[in-house]
Amino acid sequence: MSQHEVTVTVNGEEQKATVDGRTLLVHFIREQLSLTGTHIGCDTTSCGACTVLLNGRAVKSCTAFAVQADGGTVETVEGLADGKELHPLQEGFWEKHGLQCGYCTPGMIMSAKDFLERNPNPTEDEIRWGISGNLCRCTGYNKIVEAIQYAAEKMRDDDSAEEATA
Amino acid sequence: MTHLENRIEHHSPKPAGSSATVETTDEVRVTTPKKICGMGHPMKRKEDPRFIRGKGNYVDDVKLPGMLYMDIVRSPYAHAKILSIDASAALEMEGVLAVITGEDLKAAGDLHWMPTLMSDTQMVLPIEKVVYQAQEVACVIATDRYIAADAIEMVFVDYEPLDPVVDPFEAMEDKVIVREDKEKQTNHIWHWEAGDQSATDQAFAEAHKVVEQKMHIPRIHVSSIETCGMVANYSPATEKMQIYMTSQAPHAHRTVFALVSGLPEHKIQVISPDIGGGFGGKVPVYPGYVCCAVASLVTGKPVKWIEDRSENLQADSFARDYHIDAKMACDENGRITALKVKTLADNGAADAAANPSKFPAGLYSICTGSYDMDAAHVEVDGVYTTKPPGGVAYRCSFRVTEAVHMIERMADIMAHELGRDPAEFRFANFIRPDQFPYKSPTGWEYDSGNYEAALQKAMDMLGYDELRKEQAEKRERGELMGIGISSFTEVVGAGPSKDYDILGIKMFDSAEIRIHPTGKAMARFGTKSQGQGHETTYAQIVAEELGIPASDIEVEEGDTDTAPYGLGTYASRSTPTAGAAAAMAARKIKAKARKIAAHLLEVGEDDLEWNVDRWQVKGSPDQAKTIQDIAFAAYTNHPQGMEAGLEATDYYDPPNLTFPFGSYIAVVDIDKGTGEVRVRRFVAVDDCGNIINPLVVEGQIHGGLTMGLAPALYEEIVYNEDGQNLSGTFADYLLPTAVESPNWELGKTITPSPHHPIGAKGVGESPTVGAPPAIANAVVDALWHLGVRHIDIPITPPKVWKALRDAGVTD
Repeated sequence: MSQHEVTVTVNGEEQKATVDGRTLLVHFIREQLSLTGTHIGCDTTSCGACTVLLNGRAVKSCTAFAVQADGGTVETVEGLADGKELHPLQEGFWEKHGLQCGYCTPGMIMSAKDFLERNPNPTEDEIRWGISGNLCRCTGYNKIVEAIQYAAEKMRDDDSAEEATA
Repeated sequence: MTHLENRIEHHSPKPAGSSATVETTDEVRVTTPKKICGMGHPMKRKEDPRFIRGKGNYVDDVKLPGMLYMDIVRSPYAHAKILSIDASAALEMEGVLAVITGEDLKAAGDLHWMPTLMSDTQMVLPIEKVVYQAQEVACVIATDRYIAADAIEMVFVDYEPLDPVVDPFEAMEDKVIVREDKEKQTNHIWHWEAGDQSATDQAFAEAHKVVEQKMHIPRIHVSSIETCGMVANYSPATEKMQIYMTSQAPHAHRTVFALVSGLPEHKIQVISPDIGGGFGGKVPVYPGYVCCAVASLVTGKPVKWIEDRSENLQADSFARDYHIDAKMACDENGRITALKVKTLADNGAADAAANPSKFPAGLYSICTGSYDMDAAHVEVDGVYTTKPPGGVAYRCSFRVTEAVHMIERMADIMAHELGRDPAEFRFANFIRPDQFPYKSPTGWEYDSGNYEAALQKAMDMLGYDELRKEQAEKRERGELMGIGISSFTEVVGAGPSKDYDILGIKMFDSAEIRIHPTGKAMARFGTKSQGQGHETTYAQIVAEELGIPASDIEVEEGDTDTAPYGLGTYASRSTPTAGAAAAMAARKIKAKARKIAAHLLEVGEDDLEWNVDRWQVKGSPDQAKTIQDIAFAAYTNHPQGMEAGLEATDYYDPPNLTFPFGSYIAVVDIDKGTGEVRVRRFVAVDDCGNIINPLVVEGQIHGGLTMGLAPALYEEIVYNEDGQNLSGTFADYLLPTAVESPNWELGKTITPSPHHPIGAKGVGESPTVGAPPAIANAVVDALWHLGVRHIDIPITPPKVWKALRDAGVTD
């Protein structure tokens, strides 16, 4: 098996590792870096439980190789909170009961983060399409949509506060 | 009876059969301030902080030093003789430690067979033949999951294909026998019936109108986003087997492992950590679990086994697969008089459902539903086919979904046949509020209900009359719109020990509460949350009873070394059983707290009254001891002669099940060109009795509704004529996304259970049970005028398009 040296900036920290050519990004994240917040749900790019941000865009890490992240940046759910301070999406999911078993949650949050960065002021329908690559079996999605709406509003408020102080 | 027991008795539920009238309200009862967060508060969940940070601990997150990985060789055939298994090439691979076959398990003490939870038997690994596609044939143990996956390709199995048995009706002809290991060479497993056949026949003979409909409730799969898995860690030094497992019933599984393996039960620890959804799929014991435990025993090292999604969809227990022939009779006034149901249950290659042992068809006899009728007779025959075993739930209480789908479809067909509005027909046939507790013709005693209130509320929320007008206008224009009602009755909370057991273990459940000296508490339970929010809701029950803030109560489940024995979480039984145990254990503590308070205040116990979080002197509330004062005294200043400490355990044996109910109304629009059904609106009014946490209840209902939408329109496990599963990935087995799932509109009525200590009923499965017929009824309602009488779920665009083409609406 071909071995490769990779350098990936994960949640702001540079990580150097040796991986097999076939090592999936999700296994690299979960097993080599021990960041187990990123989950595996289907192996076929259908459920989105493994969603992380690779170079700023949401990808399903069960169908990407670790070597594809070489030289790039990866953001996982573990990198969202700033110390004790939750990211608005994490806050929204907690506040609005946007999770039950919690298994799809990290992937759902990462998808939503990418989505809100591209569409900071979405309609309900746009949110539903925005997370349509992520399956949740517990919540029926109503409260996930509410959680993302909560986060969108908070992020817009934070942005305008920043602009006001700038 | 001692003084203490007297006190508990005072708080005890009324016995089943109590004729007390139960009032229906729509206000959530709240008796504690927000800082305590007892029942009724929409408290944010205590478990969420770890999940939103990615710090949950699921089975695949468990990583032990020196851990090995297991993967499974599976059968490509639905039915085939095994001629030989050659593992030599796999064993030569670097990193492969062992390959385990059925012969190895046999040599290890006949471990190649295991009992199912229905007292049937199931192969762990086969020796003679395989009986379903994707059946476990051998397992490979390796140092790395990639090597294990490579190695299963290098285990060569020589098969001689046999004729598959795919159609259950053909199976009944016994031309090909699935289970040749059985003494009786037949595919027929059991016959079960309920109700009064002769009274039913008599009612049908006298009927004014009879309708009949055949329907199939197809095979579906729970597909929790986390698949099943295990880390087994046998230590030769301590002779202890530690098992991390995706288990909805860790205690029952520990007992099963002890019985199967011969390991002493105190040397088996089952830990069910965070579970990524269960819905019934994590109740059975699968061959992979047994193989994984054996692999750890053989190697003396920790071994991890995690299914992939295709294995999960192809080999794990399925739900439903009932072929139903139903007849309903009415008198000249349009009153339902009787129901007659014959059902063929395709159980696959083993009866591996997880029903209570006396109920091979689960609680299917609830099938008279919300309607008062004179007689009913229901029969079910179970049959083997060459499909994976099961008959487990799909987020439902033991076959209630099948029953509800049938009765709600039949009610609609009868209403349409009689030319009556389906809502009006239901009002005319409902069991009335003054008939509770209601004895059903199949033997149930419904504890409480107010079906009229729930349906009326749903109609008001929807604007039913206006939508009927809109439908009529649209029909004039040739547009297809339908309105479908489902007024369901659930039966959950198994169950009373005289009738309910699994493998002989009675279906009580348990709570153990310890109050620490500083007034904080630890509560442990025999159930196991898989997302239901027990860490929050159980804490709220204890907070309600004792006044200790819910945030000060740590709830633990799932570790059999520490939690009290219980039967686990499925079939909406946690609140009815363990939730009741929480209240009862707390009441025992409250009774002891009263004695301590009397001692501290130097008054008699009878001079004290309870007020939210304290015992206070009657008429003198300034003289009081809070639960925190009392807890401290229990360890520092307790009365002489009294045991120190403040803790209690309760094993709760419910006097009856609980009967949650509701009325759902779906509004659908149908595209004439494609046959696509769009759910425009869906109003769900649920009644689950007293509400512990409104936020959690809403979440449970939303989720259940989407899991009701799923089989109504999308999900089906399909087999071809060779018995090959054609739905083995999420690209083929369609779970609804946020786009398909409508914005659910919820309402509630509250009719407390008269026998439950806190008046609660189960709720997590009501919507899965109630939603499919509402949607199916709406579709048929849109098409009835075209001569369409019934469409089996899932109601896919091709099925609707074909019905439209047959009616000449589309080409």
